Amino acid sequence: MLLSNHVPDASCGGMKRSALWLLLTLSISACSRDSRPPDFAFLLGAEPETIDPTLSAGQPEGRVARTLFEGLTANDPVDLHPIPGIAKSWDITPDGLVYTFHLRPSVWSDGHPVTASDFAYAWERLLNPKMAARYANMLYPVANAEAYNKGTLTDPSLLGFRAANDTTFVVTLKSPCAYFLDLCAFYTLLPVPRTTIETYGDEWIKPEHIVTNGPFLLGEWILNRHIRFLKNPRYWDAEHVYLNVADAYTSENINANFNLYMTGVLDWLDSGGVPLFVVPDLLRRSDFHVAPYFNTYFYRFNVTRPPFNDARVRKAFFLAMDASAITQYVLRAGQQPAHSLIPPGIPGYTEVQLPKRNIEEARTLLAEAGYPNGQGFPKVEVLFNTSEAHKQIAEVLQSQWKEALGVKVDLVNQEWKVFLNSTQTLDYWMARGGWIGDYLDPNTFLDMWTSQNGNNRTGFADPAYDALIERAGRTLDPAERMQLLHQAESWILDKEMVILPIYYYVVMNLYDPEDFSGLTPNLQNQIILKGVKPLRGHRGKPRDVHAPVMAGE
Amino acid sequence: MGAFLLRRLLATIPLLFAILALSFLFMRSAPGGPFDAERSVPPQVERSLRAKYHLDEPLTAQFARYMGGLLHGDLGPSFKYQSRTVNEIIAQAFPVSLTLGALGLAISLVIGIPAGVFGAVYRNRPADYGIMSLSLLGISIPNFVIGPLLIIVFCFTLGWLPAGGWGSLSQMILPAITLGALRAAYIARLMRAGMLEVIHQDFIRTARAKGLPEPAVIGKHALRVGILPVVTYLAPATASILVGSVVVERIFDIPGLGTFFVNSALNRDYTMAMGTVLLYSTILITLNLLVDVVYAALDPRVELK
Amino acid sequence: MKEAPVLGSATDTIEARLMEPVAGVGFWKDAWRRFLKSRIAVTGGVILIAVIFVTLLAPWLTPYANDQQDLAHQLQAPSWQHPFGTDMTGRDLFTRTLYGGRLSLAVGLVATLVSLVIGVTWGAVAGYKGGTADNVMMRFVDLLYSLPFMFFVILLVAYFGRHLVLLFLALGAVQWLTMSRIVRGQMLQLRGQEFVTAITALGASHRRIILRHLLPNLLGPIIVYATLTVPAVMLEEAFLSFLGLGVQPPNSSWGLLAAEGASSITAIHTAWWLILFPGLALGATLFALNFLGDGLRDALDPRLKNR
Repeated sequence: MLLSNHVPDASCGGMKRSALWLLLTLSISACSRDSRPPDFAFLLGAEPETIDPTLSAGQPEGRVARTLFEGLTANDPVDLHPIPGIAKSWDITPDGLVYTFHLRPSVWSDGHPVTASDFAYAWERLLNPKMAARYANMLYPVANAEAYNKGTLTDPSLLGFRAANDTTFVVTLKSPCAYFLDLCAFYTLLPVPRTTIETYGDEWIKPEHIVTNGPFLLGEWILNRHIRFLKNPRYWDAEHVYLNVADAYTSENINANFNLYMTGVLDWLDSGGVPLFVVPDLLRRSDFHVAPYFNTYFYRFNVTRPPFNDARVRKAFFLAMDASAITQYVLRAGQQPAHSLIPPGIPGYTEVQLPKRNIEEARTLLAEAGYPNGQGFPKVEVLFNTSEAHKQIAEVLQSQWKEALGVKVDLVNQEWKVFLNSTQTLDYWMARGGWIGDYLDPNTFLDMWTSQNGNNRTGFADPAYDALIERAGRTLDPAERMQLLHQAESWILDKEMVILPIYYYVVMNLYDPEDFSGLTPNLQNQIILKGVKPLRGHRGKPRDVHAPVMAGE
Repeated sequence: MGAFLLRRLLATIPLLFAILALSFLFMRSAPGGPFDAERSVPPQVERSLRAKYHLDEPLTAQFARYMGGLLHGDLGPSFKYQSRTVNEIIAQAFPVSLTLGALGLAISLVIGIPAGVFGAVYRNRPADYGIMSLSLLGISIPNFVIGPLLIIVFCFTLGWLPAGGWGSLSQMILPAITLGALRAAYIARLMRAGMLEVIHQDFIRTARAKGLPEPAVIGKHALRVGILPVVTYLAPATASILVGSVVVERIFDIPGLGTFFVNSALNRDYTMAMGTVLLYSTILITLNLLVDVVYAALDPRVELK
Repeated sequence: MKEAPVLGSATDTIEARLMEPVAGVGFWKDAWRRFLKSRIAVTGGVILIAVIFVTLLAPWLTPYANDQQDLAHQLQAPSWQHPFGTDMTGRDLFTRTLYGGRLSLAVGLVATLVSLVIGVTWGAVAGYKGGTADNVMMRFVDLLYSLPFMFFVILLVAYFGRHLVLLFLALGAVQWLTMSRIVRGQMLQLRGQEFVTAITALGASHRRIILRHLLPNLLGPIIVYATLTVPAVMLEEAFLSFLGLGVQPPNSSWGLLAAEGASSITAIHTAWWLILFPGLALGATLFALNFLGDGLRDALDPRLKNR
C-alpha cells in the first residue's frame, strides 16, 4: 500500500485489504508461538530489565529469578523464613563465622549436576566489578567480598567461600551475620550455569539457550506481553510443582491490569493492578486480601539545605503532620500511619515509637527555629516522581502544613530519571522515598544512612553513626545487637529526624482462594510459584463485578 | 519523474543523518542517565557499567560508533533491557503497531472520507450538521476516555469483546476504533473543506455541463482534487499511528512500539530512542515523498520540482 | 465569464476594477454578513465567548479555592453544595473545572497563535518562491517533523518541567509544521492559477501578490486548520497529563481533570461526575470552536461572495 507507485484512486480499498491480511498474519506470528492457555496467570509488575539473577535489581526481576533458579536456601511460602533449598542441611560454627552447606543431589535442566562450584562461580561473578552487578552488596558479609567488589582486592581465591567438593560449600564471614541464611535465598545469590554462560555470553538468558535449576523453565519471553514458565521436570522437588504452564504478565497500567483480572485473564494481582480509586469497593470482596508489608513510605529531608538543616524544623514538620488522614482517606486499604522507620513485626526487635501529632509543640519548635507562625519561612518544595498516589499524598500534606504551621510548600512532580538525579545530587528540600526490606532484619533499613552508602541521599553523615552500625554488625549476642540497632533507629528518628516516616505499606493481593491453594500474601510480596495448586478444573471466567460480600472476615 | 525521485532519494541521506544527530544531541542533554536507579551502585561498579556501554567516551566517538553500527543494520543494544538489541525489540513490537495502526487508519478512512464528501455535498443542510457533529465527538473526547468507556460498554456490560491483550482479531477491534476515532474526525473535516474548495471550480462546472451524472462528477472529478488536504494530512498521521500509540497500548495492554518509544525517552535508553526515531523518520520521509507524487498525479496544475 | 476572487478593498486602480465583480460590497463586510447568517457558527461563537467569560469570572462564581481539600467529603456525587461533585481529596469539581478552563483555553489559544504565525509565514514564502528556496525550507520542515512529538516534548518537560510557558511554546512549536505544509500545498495550487499570471503580468510586486491576492484565498484553509489546531493542542495537553507530564497540581486543566476522571472508570465503580463534567466542558468548547471555524471559513471564502 505504501511502497508502490500506483496512484491511489477513490477505490483503493481492495489493495489495502490484502495488505491488511498480510500484516495480520505477520503480527500474530510474531507473537505467541505457544498458544496453550496457562494453568496460572499473574501480574509480574513490570517488564524485567534482565532475568540474569546476578544482574537483577528489582522486584519483577527477582520474582523471575526465583522462579527459574533456586539457591542454597529458599523462602518459606507462608512466613518467608529460610528453608533448605539446594542445600539440604548446614552446619554453623559457634562463633557464627563459618557456614558449611551440604548440597542435595540435583541437576540443571540440561541434566548436568548442580555442584558447589556452581555457587562459587555465581558468587564470584556477582562480586566481580566487571559485571557491574547492582546488588553485589548482598554478599558483603562474606570475608573479603567488599574489597573484591570495590576493586581493592584482585585475587578471587582470597574470597571467603569455596567448593570443598561437589556437594560441600564452605562460607567464611568477616563477622557474624544473623540473617545470612536469609541472604542465601536472595535472588542475586542464586546459582547460574557456567557452561551456558561461557558458550553464549550475554545471550545465555534467551529461551532457546537458558538452563535453569529451579522449579520452572523459561518457555517464551515476549516483551511487554508475558513471560511463560514451564514446569521443570528435572527439578529435585518436581512432585511439589503443580503448575505446568504459568504466565507472568508485564503490563504496567494499573487500570488495564485490573480489567485483565476482572475478565478472568489474570488469576493473581498485587497493587500493580489495584486502582486507588476502587479500594473501598474491593475491601468488601472475598477475593481481596490485605496483609502487612515490610515496606515503609517516607519523605527524605536534605539536611544540608536550609531550612531543613535545622533539626527543629524537621521535627516540627513531623509533629504537624497527620498521616492517618492519608491512610484513611487516600489509601483506605488498612495501611497504618508510621511511628517508626522499621515496620513492626520483626521477632526480637522493638521499633521506635515516635510521638503522636502535636501541633502546639510543632509551632513552638518552628518558632524556636526562627519562623514564628511560619513567617519568613523560605520557599521549599516537595519532590515526587510521577504517580497518582504520590501526588495525592503530597497534596494532603501540603494542606496540613499550611494549616498547622502557616508554611507554604510547593509540590513538584518530576519524571523518574530526573527525580533520581535530583535526590542523588542533593538537589531538593524534601523528596518522597520508600524502602522495602531485603531481608527480615532491621539492619536493611539502617545501614543505608551510613555516610558512604549510595542509598542515603540525605546528606546526613556522622562517623559516630557509622561506627554504631559497624559495631552492631560485629555483635554476637542477638539481644545486644537488637539494642544497638534500636539505638541507631532512634538516632535517625528521635534525635535527628533525617526522614519523615509516613505510613507502612500493605500487601494487596487479588485472587480467589477457591481457585488456587498455596497462595498467601507474605511480608515481602514474593510470588512463590512452587506449591501453587489449581483447585478447580477451569479458569479464565470473568469475575463477578458485583462484590461477593465476605462472610465476616 | 525519475529525476525527481532520484533527487529526493539523494536528499534523504543527509536528512536522516541530520535527524539522528539532532536526536542524539537532544537526548544526551537531558538530565539523568540510563543507569540511574533507586538502588545506587558503588562508584566502581557504575564506572564499569558506563565503560561496558561506551558511555565514558566523548560524545562524537559514541555517535560515530553508533553510525558505524547503523551501516551494518545494527541499531545497538538496549540500555534498559539488558541482553536485548534494539533490532530485536523493534522486530517484535513493530508488526503489532503496524497491524493495529493499519486497521485504525482503515477505519478512519472508511468513515472519514464518505462523511466529508456528504458533508460538502449537502452543505449546511441537516445531514451536514449531523455528520459534522458526530465527527466532532471524535475530536473532542480524548482517546484515554473513549478507550475505557468502550471497555465498560462492550466488555463488562455487553460481554462481547475482551478487555485487552493481543493475539486475536476480537482483541483488535476496540483499540482500533479508539485509534481511528480521532483521525476519522480530522479526515472528515479536511475532506469536507477540500471538497468545498473544489466543488465551485470551473472544471466541475464543465463536467456537469457535459451532462455527467452527479455521482460521477463528485466521485471521480471532484474527489480527485478535493482529497488533497486529506492526503497531506495522511503522511504524518500514518507515520505516527504506525509507530504506535502509547495511550491505546497502555489501556488495552498491547505489546506495541509506542510504549517502548515513550519509555525509552523516560528511561534515557538512548539506542532504543534513536532506533525508533529512525524508524519513524524513514516512514515519514517515504510517505512525504508519496504525498508529493500523489499531489502531482491528482492535480494536473501542480508540477513536481 | 471567468470567475475571479475578490480581494481587499477597491483603493487601487486598474487591477481592482478588472478584478471586482459587479456588486460593489466590501469583502469583509460581506463576510461578516454571511457569518451572521449561519446560525450554527454564531451559536459556536456565542458558546465560546460564554465559556471564556465564565472561566474568567471563576473567583466570583465559586466560594471554594482551587486547591481547597476536604477529606471528609471526598468522592461525593453532585449536590447543592457541590454542583459537580467532589474528587478524591474532597476538592470541589465545579471550581476545578472553572479554573482548569482558564489554563486549557490559554494553552489552546496561545499555542495555536504561535503555530499560526510561524507556520503561515514559512509555508507561504516556501510555496510562493518555489524552486530551491521551497526545497530548502520544506526539507527543514521535514527535518523537524521527523522528530516525533512526544519524544521531543517529554525531553523538554524533563529539562524544564515546571515552567508552564514552555509547555505552551512546545505544543505550538510542534503544530506549526503541519500548518506550513498545508499553506505551502495550497499556495502551490493557487500559484498555478491564471489570475496570478495575470497580476504578475500587470507588474504587481511579490509582497502585494502574496498579501493581497493569495493569502486571502488561503484564509479558508488556514482558518479551518487553525480551528483544528486549538482542539489538537488541548488534546495534546490532555495526553501529557495522562502520562503525568502536563499541568502539575494544585493547578488544574481540563486535560488533567479528564485524565483523573478516566482513571476512575472501572468495572466495579465509576465516579461518573469526575469524567462527565470536565468531558462536557472540554467537548462543548471544542464543538463551539469547530462550528465557529466552519462558519468563519464559509464567510471568508471569496468565491462564495454574494451567494
